[in-house]
Amino acid sequence: MIEAIGLTKRYGRTVAVDDLSFTVQPGRVTGFLGPNGAGKSTTMRMILGLDRPTAGRVLIDGKPYAELNRPLRTVGALLDAKWVHPNRSARAHLRWLAKSNGLPDKRVDAVLEAVGLTQVARKKAGGFSLGMSQRLGIAAALLGDPEVLLFDEPVNGLDPEGILWIRTFMQNLASEGRTVLVSSHLLSEMALTASELVVIGKGKLITQSSTAEFIDRSTGNSVVVRSPQLFKLGPLLVDKGFTVRDGDDGALSVSGATSDQIGDIAAANGVVLHELSPQRGSLEEAFMQLTGDAVEYHAEIGK
Amino acid sequence: MIQAVRLRKHYGRTKAVDDLSFTVKPGRVTGFLGPNGAGKSTTMRMVLGLDTPTNGDVTIDGKHYAELKEPLRKVGALLDAKWTHPNRSARSHLKWMAVSNKIPLKRVDEVLEIVGLAEVANKKAGGFSLGMSQRLGIAGALLGDPEVLLFDEPVNGLDPEGILWIRQFMHRLADEGRTVFVSSHLLSEMAQTAQDLIVIGKGQLIAQTTTEQFISDATQDHVRVRSPHALKLREILAASATVTEDAVNGALVVHGLPAPQIGEIAAENQIVLHELSPQRGSLEEAFMQLTKESVEYHAH
Amino acid sequence: MTLLAVERIKLFSTRSPYWCTALALALGVGLTAIIAGTTDNGQMSIGLTQFGSSQLALAVVLVMSALAVTTEYRFSTIRATFLAVPNRTSALVAKTVVVAFIAAVLGEIIAFGSWGLAKVMSPASDLAINTGAEWRHVAGVGLLYGIGAVLAIAVGILVRQTAGAVAILLVWNMLLEGLIGIIPKVGVKIQAWLPFQNANHFLALPGGDPAEQPGAGIDFKLSQWGSLAYFAGIAIALLVVALIVAKRRDA
Repeated sequence: MIEAIGLTKRYGRTVAVDDLSFTVQPGRVTGFLGPNGAGKSTTMRMILGLDRPTAGRVLIDGKPYAELNRPLRTVGALLDAKWVHPNRSARAHLRWLAKSNGLPDKRVDAVLEAVGLTQVARKKAGGFSLGMSQRLGIAAALLGDPEVLLFDEPVNGLDPEGILWIRTFMQNLASEGRTVLVSSHLLSEMALTASELVVIGKGKLITQSSTAEFIDRSTGNSVVVRSPQLFKLGPLLVDKGFTVRDGDDGALSVSGATSDQIGDIAAANGVVLHELSPQRGSLEEAFMQLTGDAVEYHAEIGK
Repeated sequence: MIQAVRLRKHYGRTKAVDDLSFTVKPGRVTGFLGPNGAGKSTTMRMVLGLDTPTNGDVTIDGKHYAELKEPLRKVGALLDAKWTHPNRSARSHLKWMAVSNKIPLKRVDEVLEIVGLAEVANKKAGGFSLGMSQRLGIAGALLGDPEVLLFDEPVNGLDPEGILWIRQFMHRLADEGRTVFVSSHLLSEMAQTAQDLIVIGKGQLIAQTTTEQFISDATQDHVRVRSPHALKLREILAASATVTEDAVNGALVVHGLPAPQIGEIAAENQIVLHELSPQRGSLEEAFMQLTKESVEYHAH
Repeated sequence: MTLLAVERIKLFSTRSPYWCTALALALGVGLTAIIAGTTDNGQMSIGLTQFGSSQLALAVVLVMSALAVTTEYRFSTIRATFLAVPNRTSALVAKTVVVAFIAAVLGEIIAFGSWGLAKVMSPASDLAINTGAEWRHVAGVGLLYGIGAVLAIAVGILVRQTAGAVAILLVWNMLLEGLIGIIPKVGVKIQAWLPFQNANHFLALPGGDPAEQPGAGIDFKLSQWGSLAYFAGIAIALLVVALIVAKRRDA
């Protein structure tokens, strides 16, 4: 578990992170979102003890990073895939990391295997493509079999197979009960990966909620209903005060109700459903709505 | 229009591009997909005359890139945002490009404005973040107001607003009748951006079709089902369909049974449904299905 | 003309040419100042005024010229250049012309700057430029720089890496051609056909003190202007090779 309490970081007069409090729970993938300059990287660096907070604190399982005994065994992080000496082999890079935290060499081979780099383990990291470097960075993060994992733009440079792999991989880590915090700008990717979100803007918390809730809250939603007994279901829904409109090819479009409510009503009245699809907005729409004025560079849309 | 005819590029024994033919039409955003090492970058470089094909031909509106007079007015390309001198300012970078193709200098300020870099125009490109470099690269591509645009990973380093902006921008360029050719690994992004697709693997063409067709050809539709009695429903459905669980929200994912039938089964068994939504396959699934054979590194 | 303007913008929108110019000036003129300061008033000669310009500052100009292309490869701006101007030969020729012209102008500034400074510091010395040989010795420096720049650009295009190109040029100019003279008998004969030795031969003042004349003791087969033409010929031949290679090579 990661806990930030009143976390603040100032550089001179610039406030990069401003009284930020949030909790990252174990057992799920939590997305960390925000426009450029929102303070995501600074926050990640403070979690890892690389930057010192001006005020407040951030704890990992109750302790600041610096107080962790053998930190790699508690926290694994991938912040920048290029933090590797170009002339050192992938294996040598992981070996010194392992040594520094008293981890056995066989763990090195295990993580190389896990990320699919076994074949190139003895090659120099300087010759790796961005995708391979990214995998090496992930291998390093996994080395100490940590409870808490931090990833910054993990799909950067990966090809479609790599992207699918890392997404599944992070979800598996979470389902093993680990805490996984992922920062990314790729919202369509995050919508598939993260079940929880921490969204910040201008250094402040905008919201912390589940992904579904985040989207539902900020985008207008309706539910498409199909049934051979719509003549019966329609009036029931109107009676409950929901707005019901005719949709495409004989379906109903219901707003003001959740699909759960409609499903319950249908079941209670013995109505067979042929479709019950919540029309969700996209994470992107929701994000744009909520972070509207927290953006650093505005390009002119439509010019 | 970009036309590749039996394009080949061999490096010694390695066939980076092997007998590749395709057409990129104007008025559409065409996605260019393929696993790492499939030959996408090499192909784009051959389109732009940077690499010479071993064999075959690629033309832009019937001409080779090298035959274009003032090529930046015809073709704009963003292949790598880092192709700038770190000590040169954004404006100087665009200025020499403009002068070389006799583009009026006021266009430099225009494109800087369009991509949102006007404020940092006189700063050195070396100090730019990846996102800002990317915007500078896009500005360079737009400089000559070209009919044909090539982008390689355009959203690289952009933040969500930048990603939305470039997507809308590409759509607008295509709507104006321009040819837009975009290479990317981000399939969830490409699904929203590209109307047509050219998919290659191991240097060869795997598919050239519309995005919609590509997905429906390679994937099965499925149905997402949520229910307070999910366990019971799963058991019943498992008899006649494949049922898995969505890792993000725990919904059931049912392959092999249409939604109305699932609805009937639920009703028969007095199972309350909270969601019953037919889903189309994703571009990612379709892509994985078709490129299985041509992937460079397999992780476990 | 357009391409020349393009290369001019590229060259002067980064800092390295300014630094190299300043360094070349400091070394060329500075060395003359030191020599003039340590030589008794009245003992300075025209030959001594050009000691810095023809040796040290030339090295800096070679480096500056090579950098003009190797940095393009280093930062991949060469690709942006070839996208804007797909005719690679004209793009690279334009760059060569601009850099060579600047090098030549810089050469004249350093040569006459050194000479002028010596005149001020050592007013009693006879530094009047009278003979054709004396004119050639001072004004010829610019020509040498211009041709040297062409040669350096050719090497830069071929090697593409700053470190490699600079090493080749400096070792060649400052070490290799001199060392060949050590080989008994043949060495001096070979030297008579080496480009930088011929360049020095072009500048040589007849009857000057042999100790202060580089290339002394070599039996050149060419006249002094012939040596310059030979130096230029080698530079242009190398550039032609480089242009052909650049045209064929994937960018």
